[in-house]
Amino acid sequence: MAETDQKDINVIRFTDNACKSIQVDKLLDLYLDLGTLLAIDTNDLNNKELQSRKDQYLKSLARDNTQILLNSIWELPTEKVENNIVAKLPKSKFILPREKPAPKPKPLTKWQTFAKEKGIKTTKKSRVTWDEVLNKWVPRYGYKKTKAEKEKDWIIEVPGNVDPYTDMFEKKSTIKQEKVAKNEFQRLRNIAKAKKTKVPSMGLPPTPKMTARQLNTAAQVANISTASLGKFQPKLKKEKTLSKSSVLNLKKRKLPAPTKDEEYNRNLKLADSLINKKPKLNLEKAVNREIFDQETSISERKKGGGNKQRKRRNNQNSKAGREFKKTTGKKRR
Amino acid sequence: MKTLSEERTKLVFEKLCKYIGENLKLLLDRPDGKYCFREQKDRVYYVSESVLKLAGNVSADNLISVGTCVGKFTKSGKFHLHITALNYLAPYAQHKIWVKPAAEQQFLYGHNVLKSGLGRITENTEKHQGVVVFSMSDLPLGFGLAGRSTAECKHADPLAIVCLHQADIGEYIRSEDTLV
Repeated sequence: MAETDQKDINVIRFTDNACKSIQVDKLLDLYLDLGTLLAIDTNDLNNKELQSRKDQYLKSLARDNTQILLNSIWELPTEKVENNIVAKLPKSKFILPREKPAPKPKPLTKWQTFAKEKGIKTTKKSRVTWDEVLNKWVPRYGYKKTKAEKEKDWIIEVPGNVDPYTDMFEKKSTIKQEKVAKNEFQRLRNIAKAKKTKVPSMGLPPTPKMTARQLNTAAQVANISTASLGKFQPKLKKEKTLSKSSVLNLKKRKLPAPTKDEEYNRNLKLADSLINKKPKLNLEKAVNREIFDQETSISERKKGGGNKQRKRRNNQNSKAGREFKKTTGKKRR
Repeated sequence: MKTLSEERTKLVFEKLCKYIGENLKLLLDRPDGKYCFREQKDRVYYVSESVLKLAGNVSADNLISVGTCVGKFTKSGKFHLHITALNYLAPYAQHKIWVKPAAEQQFLYGHNVLKSGLGRITENTEKHQGVVVFSMSDLPLGFGLAGRSTAECKHADPLAIVCLHQADIGEYIRSEDTLV
Protein backbone atom coordinates (compact mmCIF):
# COMPACT_ATOMS: atom_id res chain seq x y z
CA MET A 1 0.00 0.00 0.00
CA ALA A 2 2.66 2.41 1.01
CA GLU A 3 4.67 1.87 -2.16
CA THR A 4 1.73 2.53 -4.42
CA ASP A 5 0.90 5.67 -2.50
CA GLN A 6 4.38 7.03 -2.88
CA LYS A 7 4.36 6.35 -6.61
CA ASP A 8 1.09 8.16 -6.91
CA ILE A 9 2.44 11.23 -5.17
CA ASN A 10 5.52 11.22 -7.39
CA VAL A 11 3.41 11.11 -10.46
CA ILE A 12 1.24 13.94 -9.29
CA ARG A 13 4.20 16.09 -8.40
CA PHE A 14 5.88 15.48 -11.66
CA THR A 15 2.82 16.45 -13.61
CA ASP A 16 2.28 19.51 -11.38
CA ASN A 17 5.78 20.84 -11.96
CA ALA A 18 5.48 20.31 -15.62
CA CYS A 19 2.30 22.36 -15.78
CA LYS A 20 3.72 25.41 -14.05
CA SER A 21 4.81 28.16 -16.38
CA ILE A 22 7.59 30.69 -16.14
CA GLN A 23 5.11 33.48 -16.60
CA VAL A 24 3.66 34.71 -13.30
CA ASP A 25 1.00 37.38 -13.14
CA LYS A 26 0.80 39.70 -10.17
CA LEU A 27 -1.56 42.55 -9.45
CA LEU A 28 1.24 44.71 -8.08
CA ASP A 29 4.82 44.34 -9.23
CA LEU A 30 7.25 42.95 -6.71
CA TYR A 31 9.98 45.11 -5.20
CA LEU A 32 13.15 43.50 -6.49
CA ASP A 33 16.67 44.13 -5.33
CA LEU A 34 18.96 41.88 -7.29
CA GLY A 35 22.08 42.94 -5.43
CA THR A 36 20.86 41.16 -2.32
CA LEU A 37 18.60 38.69 -4.23
CA LEU A 38 15.62 40.17 -2.43
CA ALA A 39 11.98 40.19 -3.56
CA ILE A 40 9.25 41.78 -1.51
CA ASP A 41 5.64 40.92 -2.32
CA THR A 42 3.24 43.70 -1.35
CA ASN A 43 0.12 41.98 -2.75
CA ASP A 44 -2.66 40.99 -0.39
CA LEU A 45 -2.83 37.35 0.67
CA ASN A 46 -5.85 35.30 -0.32
CA ASN A 47 -7.56 34.87 3.01
CA LYS A 48 -9.82 32.03 2.00
CA GLU A 49 -7.03 29.87 0.69
CA LEU A 50 -4.79 30.80 3.58
CA GLN A 51 -7.34 29.37 5.99
CA SER A 52 -8.36 26.27 4.02
CA ARG A 53 -4.93 24.99 2.86
CA LYS A 54 -2.28 27.12 4.43
CA ASP A 55 0.87 25.16 3.60
CA GLN A 56 0.14 24.57 -0.02
CA TYR A 57 -0.89 28.15 -0.63
CA LEU A 58 2.23 29.59 0.96
CA LYS A 59 4.47 27.17 -0.92
CA SER A 60 2.94 28.07 -4.25
CA LEU A 61 3.20 31.76 -3.44
CA ALA A 62 6.87 31.35 -2.61
CA ARG A 63 7.48 29.46 -5.83
CA ASP A 64 5.79 32.16 -7.92
CA ASN A 65 7.75 34.95 -6.31
CA THR A 66 11.03 33.05 -6.68
CA GLN A 67 10.19 32.54 -10.34
CA ILE A 68 9.80 36.28 -10.81
CA LEU A 69 13.14 36.88 -9.09
CA LEU A 70 14.90 34.32 -11.28
CA ASN A 71 13.26 35.74 -14.41
CA SER A 72 14.71 39.13 -13.62
CA ILE A 73 18.13 37.57 -13.05
CA TRP A 74 17.99 36.05 -16.49
CA GLU A 75 17.40 39.52 -17.91
CA LEU A 76 20.79 40.61 -16.65
CA PRO A 77 23.78 40.45 -19.01
CA THR A 78 25.37 37.02 -18.70
CA GLU A 79 28.70 35.57 -19.69
CA LYS A 80 30.20 32.13 -19.84
CA VAL A 81 32.98 31.26 -17.45
CA GLU A 82 34.32 27.67 -17.66
CA ASN A 83 31.10 26.38 -19.23
CA ASN A 84 28.96 28.03 -16.59
CA ILE A 85 26.61 30.88 -17.26
CA VAL A 86 27.30 33.71 -14.83
CA ALA A 87 25.31 36.86 -14.32
CA LYS A 88 26.84 39.85 -12.61
CA LEU A 89 24.58 41.19 -9.91
CA PRO A 90 24.17 44.97 -9.67
CA LYS A 91 24.86 46.92 -6.47
CA SER A 92 22.19 46.50 -3.84
CA LYS A 93 19.71 49.33 -3.28
CA PHE A 94 18.04 47.94 -0.22
CA ILE A 95 19.32 49.34 3.06
CA LEU A 96 19.52 46.59 5.65
CA PRO A 97 18.77 47.66 9.21
CA ARG A 98 21.87 47.48 11.39
CA GLU A 99 22.35 44.49 13.63
CA LYS A 100 24.07 46.29 16.52
CA PRO A 101 22.75 49.38 18.31
CA ALA A 102 24.06 52.72 17.11
CA PRO A 103 27.37 53.63 18.73
CA LYS A 104 27.21 56.07 21.62
CA PRO A 105 28.82 59.48 21.15
CA LYS A 106 32.38 59.69 22.44
CA PRO A 107 32.64 61.17 25.91
CA LEU A 108 34.01 64.70 25.88
CA THR A 109 37.51 65.39 27.09
CA LYS A 110 38.14 67.64 30.05
CA TRP A 111 38.97 70.59 27.81
CA GLN A 112 35.92 69.99 25.60
CA THR A 113 33.55 69.97 28.56
CA PHE A 114 35.17 73.13 29.88
CA ALA A 115 34.94 74.85 26.49
CA LYS A 116 31.31 73.83 26.14
CA GLU A 117 30.51 75.18 29.58
CA LYS A 118 32.21 78.50 28.90
CA GLY A 119 30.92 78.74 25.35
CA ILE A 120 34.41 78.81 23.85
CA LYS A 121 34.37 78.14 20.14
CA THR A 122 37.57 77.29 18.37
CA THR A 123 38.07 78.76 14.91
CA LYS A 124 39.76 76.53 12.40
CA LYS A 125 43.40 77.40 11.90
CA SER A 126 45.06 77.25 8.54
CA ARG A 127 47.37 74.28 8.09
CA VAL A 128 50.34 76.39 7.07
CA THR A 129 51.70 79.72 8.23
CA TRP A 130 53.99 82.21 6.49
CA ASP A 131 57.47 82.22 7.99
CA GLU A 132 59.03 85.64 7.56
CA VAL A 133 62.57 84.53 8.33
CA LEU A 134 62.61 81.66 5.87
CA ASN A 135 60.28 83.45 3.45
CA LYS A 136 58.13 80.40 2.80
CA TRP A 137 55.00 78.61 3.92
CA VAL A 138 55.65 76.32 6.88
CA PRO A 139 53.10 73.80 8.24
CA ARG A 140 52.05 74.10 11.88
CA TYR A 141 53.24 70.61 12.79
CA GLY A 142 54.86 67.60 11.27
CA TYR A 143 58.29 66.73 9.98
CA LYS A 144 58.38 69.76 7.68
CA LYS A 145 57.83 72.01 10.65
CA THR A 146 60.75 70.50 12.58
CA LYS A 147 62.90 70.77 9.49
CA ALA A 148 62.04 74.45 9.15
CA GLU A 149 62.68 74.96 12.84
CA LYS A 150 66.12 73.47 12.55
CA GLU A 151 66.86 75.65 9.58
CA LYS A 152 65.70 78.75 11.40
CA ASP A 153 67.19 78.10 14.82
CA TRP A 154 70.77 77.35 13.85
CA ILE A 155 71.70 79.85 16.53
CA ILE A 156 69.88 80.84 19.74
CA GLU A 157 70.71 83.90 21.76
CA VAL A 158 71.38 83.33 25.46
CA PRO A 159 69.29 85.84 27.42
CA GLY A 160 70.98 88.06 29.98
CA ASN A 161 69.31 86.60 33.05
CA VAL A 162 70.48 83.05 32.32
CA ASP A 163 73.81 81.42 33.02
CA PRO A 164 75.85 82.07 29.84
CA TYR A 165 77.04 78.47 29.64
CA THR A 166 73.58 76.88 29.44
CA ASP A 167 72.81 74.85 26.39
CA MET A 168 69.81 76.64 24.94
CA PHE A 169 69.14 73.86 22.44
CA GLU A 170 68.92 71.29 25.20
CA LYS A 171 66.71 73.58 27.22
CA LYS A 172 64.39 73.99 24.29
CA SER A 173 64.16 70.26 23.70
CA THR A 174 63.42 69.54 27.38
CA ILE A 175 60.60 72.09 27.36
CA LYS A 176 59.21 70.40 24.29
CA GLN A 177 59.52 66.96 25.86
CA GLU A 178 57.70 68.09 28.97
CA LYS A 179 54.90 69.51 26.89
CA VAL A 180 54.57 66.21 25.04
CA ALA A 181 54.59 64.27 28.30
CA LYS A 182 51.94 66.53 29.80
CA ASN A 183 49.77 66.12 26.76
CA GLU A 184 50.18 62.35 26.92
CA PHE A 185 49.25 62.35 30.60
CA GLN A 186 46.13 64.36 29.88
CA ARG A 187 45.21 62.07 27.00
CA LEU A 188 45.48 59.02 29.25
CA ARG A 189 43.53 60.78 31.96
CA ASN A 190 40.75 61.52 29.49
CA ILE A 191 40.64 57.87 28.45
CA ALA A 192 40.50 56.77 32.07
CA LYS A 193 37.73 59.27 32.73
CA ALA A 194 35.76 58.04 29.72
CA LYS A 195 36.09 54.42 30.83
CA LYS A 196 35.39 55.35 34.44
CA THR A 197 38.46 53.52 35.72
CA LYS A 198 40.18 54.65 38.85
CA VAL A 199 43.48 56.44 38.46
CA PRO A 200 45.87 56.13 41.38
CA SER A 201 46.06 59.46 43.13
CA MET A 202 49.53 58.80 44.48
CA GLY A 203 52.87 59.01 42.76
CA LEU A 204 54.61 61.70 40.84
CA PRO A 205 52.50 63.78 38.50
CA PRO A 206 54.33 65.18 35.46
CA THR A 207 54.77 68.70 36.70
CA PRO A 208 58.02 70.64 36.48
CA LYS A 209 57.90 71.74 40.13
CA MET A 210 56.38 69.57 42.84
CA THR A 211 55.02 70.86 46.09
CA ALA A 212 56.35 69.66 49.43
CA ARG A 213 53.18 67.67 49.93
CA GLN A 214 53.48 65.88 46.62
CA LEU A 215 57.09 65.02 47.35
CA ASN A 216 56.09 63.76 50.77
CA THR A 217 53.39 61.45 49.48
CA ALA A 218 55.70 60.21 46.75
CA ALA A 219 58.35 59.39 49.35
CA GLN A 220 55.83 57.62 51.52
CA VAL A 221 54.48 55.59 48.66
CA ALA A 222 58.02 54.62 47.74
CA ASN A 223 58.59 53.62 51.36
CA ILE A 224 55.67 51.24 51.31
CA SER A 225 56.37 49.85 47.84
CA THR A 226 58.53 46.91 48.85
CA ALA A 227 57.82 43.21 48.81
CA SER A 228 57.12 43.33 52.55
CA LEU A 229 54.96 46.46 52.21
CA GLY A 230 57.51 48.62 54.00
CA LYS A 231 57.65 46.54 57.13
CA PHE A 232 61.42 46.54 57.38
CA GLN A 233 62.06 50.05 56.14
CA PRO A 234 63.98 52.32 58.47
CA LYS A 235 61.88 55.08 59.94
CA LEU A 236 62.51 58.41 61.50
CA LYS A 237 61.23 59.07 64.96
CA LYS A 238 58.58 61.62 64.12
CA GLU A 239 57.93 60.44 60.61
CA LYS A 240 54.32 60.13 59.67
CA THR A 241 53.71 57.19 57.37
CA LEU A 242 50.70 56.49 55.25
CA SER A 243 48.45 53.64 56.19
CA LYS A 244 48.77 50.68 53.89
CA SER A 245 45.10 50.62 53.19
CA SER A 246 45.12 54.13 51.76
CA VAL A 247 47.96 53.32 49.37
CA LEU A 248 46.64 49.95 48.30
CA ASN A 249 43.07 51.21 48.04
CA LEU A 250 41.93 48.71 50.62
CA LYS A 251 38.63 49.07 52.37
CA LYS A 252 38.59 49.38 56.10
CA ARG A 253 37.35 46.17 57.59
CA LYS A 254 34.41 46.46 59.89
CA LEU A 255 33.06 44.12 62.47
CA PRO A 256 30.09 42.20 61.16
CA ALA A 257 26.69 43.39 62.35
CA PRO A 258 25.69 41.55 65.52
CA THR A 259 23.01 38.90 65.30
CA LYS A 260 19.70 39.56 67.01
CA ASP A 261 20.58 37.52 70.09
CA GLU A 262 24.00 39.12 70.37
CA GLU A 263 22.48 42.54 70.04
CA TYR A 264 19.84 41.74 72.65
CA ASN A 265 22.42 40.50 75.14
CA ARG A 266 24.65 43.46 74.49
CA ASN A 267 21.78 45.86 75.05
CA LEU A 268 20.82 44.15 78.29
CA LYS A 269 24.38 44.35 79.52
CA LEU A 270 24.59 48.02 78.61
CA ALA A 271 21.32 48.77 80.35
CA ASP A 272 22.50 46.92 83.45
CA SER A 273 25.74 48.81 83.58
CA LEU A 274 23.90 52.11 83.22
CA ILE A 275 21.32 51.32 85.88
CA ASN A 276 23.79 49.93 88.39
CA LYS A 277 26.17 52.83 88.06
CA LYS A 278 27.59 53.63 91.46
CA PRO A 279 25.89 56.81 92.50
CA LYS A 280 28.29 59.60 93.18
CA LEU A 281 27.82 61.44 96.44
CA ASN A 282 25.18 63.84 95.30
CA LEU A 283 25.51 66.77 97.63
CA GLU A 284 22.47 68.50 96.34
CA LYS A 285 20.33 65.45 96.73
CA ALA A 286 21.56 64.92 100.29
CA VAL A 287 20.85 68.52 101.17
CA ASN A 288 17.39 68.35 99.68
CA ARG A 289 16.59 65.25 101.65
CA GLU A 290 17.75 67.02 104.79
CA ILE A 291 15.50 69.98 104.10
CA PHE A 292 12.60 67.64 103.51
CA ASP A 293 13.19 65.83 106.81
CA GLN A 294 13.40 69.06 108.70
CA GLU A 295 10.27 70.46 107.28
CA THR A 296 8.26 67.37 108.03
CA SER A 297 9.54 67.38 111.60
CA ILE A 298 8.73 71.05 112.05
CA SER A 299 5.23 70.60 110.71
CA GLU A 300 4.73 67.65 113.03
CA ARG A 301 5.94 69.64 116.00
CA LYS A 302 3.60 72.48 115.12
CA LYS A 303 0.71 70.09 115.11
CA GLY A 304 1.63 69.33 118.69
CA GLY A 305 1.37 65.61 118.21
CA GLY A 306 4.11 63.05 118.71
CA ASN A 307 5.68 61.41 121.70
CA LYS A 308 8.96 61.90 123.54
CA GLN A 309 10.95 59.60 121.35
CA ARG A 310 10.11 61.54 118.27
CA LYS A 311 11.06 64.82 119.93
CA ARG A 312 14.46 63.44 120.80
CA ARG A 313 15.05 62.43 117.21
CA ASN A 314 13.92 65.80 116.02
CA ASN A 315 16.53 67.45 118.22
CA GLN A 316 19.22 65.35 116.62
CA ASN A 317 17.98 66.37 113.22
CA SER A 318 17.93 70.03 114.11
CA LYS A 319 21.70 70.05 114.57
CA ALA A 320 22.21 69.05 110.99
CA GLY A 321 19.55 71.53 110.05
CA ARG A 322 21.44 74.39 111.63
CA GLU A 323 24.52 73.55 109.66
CA PHE A 324 22.53 73.49 106.53
CA LYS A 325 20.96 76.85 107.27
CA LYS A 326 24.36 78.43 107.23
CA THR A 327 25.06 77.21 103.73
CA THR A 328 21.73 77.86 102.12
CA GLY A 329 20.73 80.84 104.13
CA LYS A 330 20.74 83.20 101.19
CA LYS A 331 18.29 81.18 99.22
CA ARG A 332 15.87 80.91 102.03
CA ARG A 333 15.67 84.64 102.52
CA MET B 1 18.12 49.89 58.71
CA LYS B 2 21.29 49.63 60.71
CA THR B 3 21.82 48.16 64.12
CA LEU B 4 23.06 50.82 66.47
CA SER B 5 26.74 50.75 67.25
CA GLU B 6 27.71 50.22 70.86
CA GLU B 7 28.55 53.88 71.44
CA ARG B 8 25.31 55.04 69.93
CA THR B 9 23.29 52.50 71.90
CA LYS B 10 24.90 53.83 75.03
CA LEU B 11 23.94 57.39 74.16
CA VAL B 12 20.35 56.35 73.53
CA PHE B 13 20.13 54.35 76.75
CA GLU B 14 21.67 57.13 78.82
CA LYS B 15 19.08 59.53 77.52
CA LEU B 16 16.20 57.13 78.15
CA CYS B 17 17.57 56.37 81.63
CA LYS B 18 17.18 60.03 82.53
CA TYR B 19 13.43 59.67 82.21
CA ILE B 20 12.59 56.06 82.98
CA GLY B 21 15.58 54.88 85.03
CA GLU B 22 15.49 51.19 85.82
CA ASN B 23 12.38 50.71 83.72
CA LEU B 24 14.65 50.78 80.68
CA LYS B 25 14.99 47.03 81.03
CA LEU B 26 11.24 46.68 80.61
CA LEU B 27 11.56 48.21 77.15
CA LEU B 28 14.08 45.56 76.14
CA ASP B 29 12.53 42.63 77.96
CA ARG B 30 8.96 42.58 76.85
CA PRO B 31 6.47 39.77 77.21
CA ASP B 32 5.00 40.45 73.75
CA GLY B 33 8.00 39.53 71.62
CA LYS B 34 11.41 41.06 71.24
CA TYR B 35 11.92 44.71 70.52
CA CYS B 36 15.04 46.39 69.32
CA PHE B 37 16.48 49.75 68.35
CA ARG B 38 17.34 50.47 64.74
CA GLU B 39 18.94 53.38 63.00
CA GLN B 40 17.85 54.87 59.69
CA LYS B 41 19.21 58.17 58.39
CA ASP B 42 20.37 59.16 61.90
CA ARG B 43 16.94 58.54 63.37
CA VAL B 44 16.47 55.84 65.96
CA TYR B 45 13.42 53.61 65.81
CA TYR B 46 12.04 51.28 68.44
CA VAL B 47 10.68 48.31 66.50
CA SER B 48 9.34 44.88 67.27
CA GLU B 49 11.29 42.21 65.46
CA SER B 50 8.25 40.90 63.63
CA VAL B 51 7.66 44.33 62.09
CA LEU B 52 11.37 44.63 61.37
CA LYS B 53 11.23 41.47 59.30
CA LEU B 54 8.42 42.90 57.19
CA ALA B 55 10.32 46.17 56.79
CA GLY B 56 13.19 44.21 55.26
CA ASN B 57 11.19 44.12 52.03
CA VAL B 58 11.48 47.89 51.62
CA SER B 59 14.80 49.23 50.37
CA ALA B 60 16.61 51.58 52.72
CA ASP B 61 16.26 54.52 50.34
CA ASN B 62 12.50 54.25 50.21
CA LEU B 63 11.91 53.53 53.88
CA ILE B 64 10.57 56.59 55.67
CA SER B 65 9.70 55.22 59.07
CA VAL B 66 9.22 51.92 60.85
CA GLY B 67 8.03 51.27 64.37
CA THR B 68 8.23 54.23 66.72
CA CYS B 69 10.75 57.00 66.17
CA VAL B 70 12.46 57.54 69.51
CA GLY B 71 14.68 60.41 68.50
CA LYS B 72 17.55 61.39 66.32
CA PHE B 73 21.29 61.88 66.36
CA THR B 74 22.34 65.42 65.68
CA LYS B 75 25.20 66.28 63.36
CA SER B 76 27.45 66.78 66.38
CA GLY B 77 26.67 63.25 67.57
CA LYS B 78 24.27 64.00 70.41
CA PHE B 79 21.01 62.15 70.83
CA HIS B 80 17.74 64.07 71.02
CA LEU B 81 14.45 62.51 72.05
CA HIS B 82 11.41 63.23 69.92
CA ILE B 83 7.86 63.69 71.17
CA THR B 84 7.01 60.38 69.47
CA ALA B 85 8.94 58.64 72.26
CA LEU B 86 6.35 59.87 74.79
CA ASN B 87 4.27 56.71 74.38
CA TYR B 88 7.07 54.71 75.94
CA LEU B 89 8.30 57.33 78.42
CA ALA B 90 4.96 58.16 80.03
CA PRO B 91 4.00 54.75 81.48
CA TYR B 92 7.50 54.10 82.84
CA ALA B 93 8.36 57.62 83.98
CA GLN B 94 9.92 57.81 87.42
CA HIS B 95 9.61 61.52 87.94
CA LYS B 96 6.50 63.35 86.92
CA ILE B 97 5.14 66.84 86.94
CA TRP B 98 1.42 67.60 86.84
CA VAL B 99 0.44 70.89 85.29
CA LYS B 100 -2.59 72.98 86.28
CA PRO B 101 -5.25 73.26 83.57
CA ALA B 102 -4.53 77.00 83.22
CA ALA B 103 -0.87 76.36 82.37
CA GLU B 104 -1.51 73.43 80.05
CA GLN B 105 -1.87 75.57 76.95
CA GLN B 106 1.32 77.51 77.64
CA PHE B 107 3.24 74.27 77.85
CA LEU B 108 1.64 72.90 74.69
CA TYR B 109 2.76 76.00 72.83
CA GLY B 110 6.35 75.16 73.67
CA HIS B 111 6.93 77.26 76.80
CA ASN B 112 8.52 76.19 80.06
CA VAL B 113 6.38 75.32 83.08
CA LEU B 114 6.49 78.02 85.72
CA LYS B 115 5.98 77.56 89.43
CA SER B 116 2.54 79.17 89.14
CA GLY B 117 1.45 76.43 86.74
CA LEU B 118 2.77 73.55 88.80
CA GLY B 119 0.05 71.27 90.13
CA ARG B 120 1.98 68.41 91.64
CA ILE B 121 5.51 67.00 91.49
CA THR B 122 7.04 63.68 92.37
CA GLU B 123 8.93 63.61 95.66
CA ASN B 124 12.72 63.66 95.57
CA THR B 125 12.97 64.99 92.04
CA GLU B 126 16.43 66.37 91.52
CA LYS B 127 17.44 69.45 89.63
CA HIS B 128 17.97 68.75 85.91
CA GLN B 129 16.30 65.37 86.23
CA GLY B 130 14.28 64.25 83.24
CA VAL B 131 10.57 64.55 83.99
CA VAL B 132 7.41 63.69 82.10
CA VAL B 133 4.72 66.35 82.14
CA PHE B 134 1.10 65.33 82.76
CA SER B 135 -2.15 67.25 82.85
CA MET B 136 -4.11 67.05 86.09
CA SER B 137 -6.27 64.37 84.49
CA ASP B 138 -3.12 62.23 83.99
CA LEU B 139 -2.84 62.82 80.26
CA PRO B 140 0.82 62.87 79.19
CA LEU B 141 1.59 66.21 77.56
CA GLY B 142 5.32 66.06 76.99
CA PHE B 143 8.63 65.93 78.76
CA GLY B 144 11.44 68.14 79.89
CA LEU B 145 14.01 68.73 82.59
CA ALA B 146 13.28 69.72 86.16
CA GLY B 147 14.36 73.31 86.66
CA ARG B 148 14.14 73.04 90.45
CA SER B 149 14.30 70.14 92.82
CA THR B 150 11.10 69.24 94.70
CA ALA B 151 12.29 70.89 97.90
CA GLU B 152 13.36 74.03 96.11
CA CYS B 153 10.02 74.21 94.34
CA LYS B 154 8.17 74.83 97.56
CA HIS B 155 9.98 78.06 98.22
CA ALA B 156 10.48 79.26 94.66
CA ASP B 157 8.72 82.41 93.50
CA PRO B 158 5.77 81.95 91.17
CA LEU B 159 7.70 82.95 88.03
CA ALA B 160 10.55 80.51 88.59
CA ILE B 161 10.95 77.84 85.90
CA VAL B 162 10.02 74.44 87.30
CA CYS B 163 10.29 72.41 84.13
CA LEU B 164 12.45 73.21 81.12
CA HIS B 165 10.50 72.36 78.00
CA GLN B 166 11.94 69.74 75.69
CA ALA B 167 9.03 68.28 73.76
CA ASP B 168 5.26 68.50 73.91
CA ILE B 169 2.39 66.98 71.98
CA GLY B 170 1.75 70.32 70.30
CA GLU B 171 4.74 69.46 68.13
CA TYR B 172 2.63 66.97 66.24
CA ILE B 173 1.01 70.03 64.68
CA ARG B 174 3.79 72.62 64.95
CA SER B 175 6.59 70.59 63.41
CA GLU B 176 4.62 68.03 61.51
CA ASP B 177 6.96 67.85 58.53
CA THR B 178 10.22 67.59 60.44
CA LEU B 179 9.06 65.09 63.01
CA VAL B 180 9.22 61.85 61.03
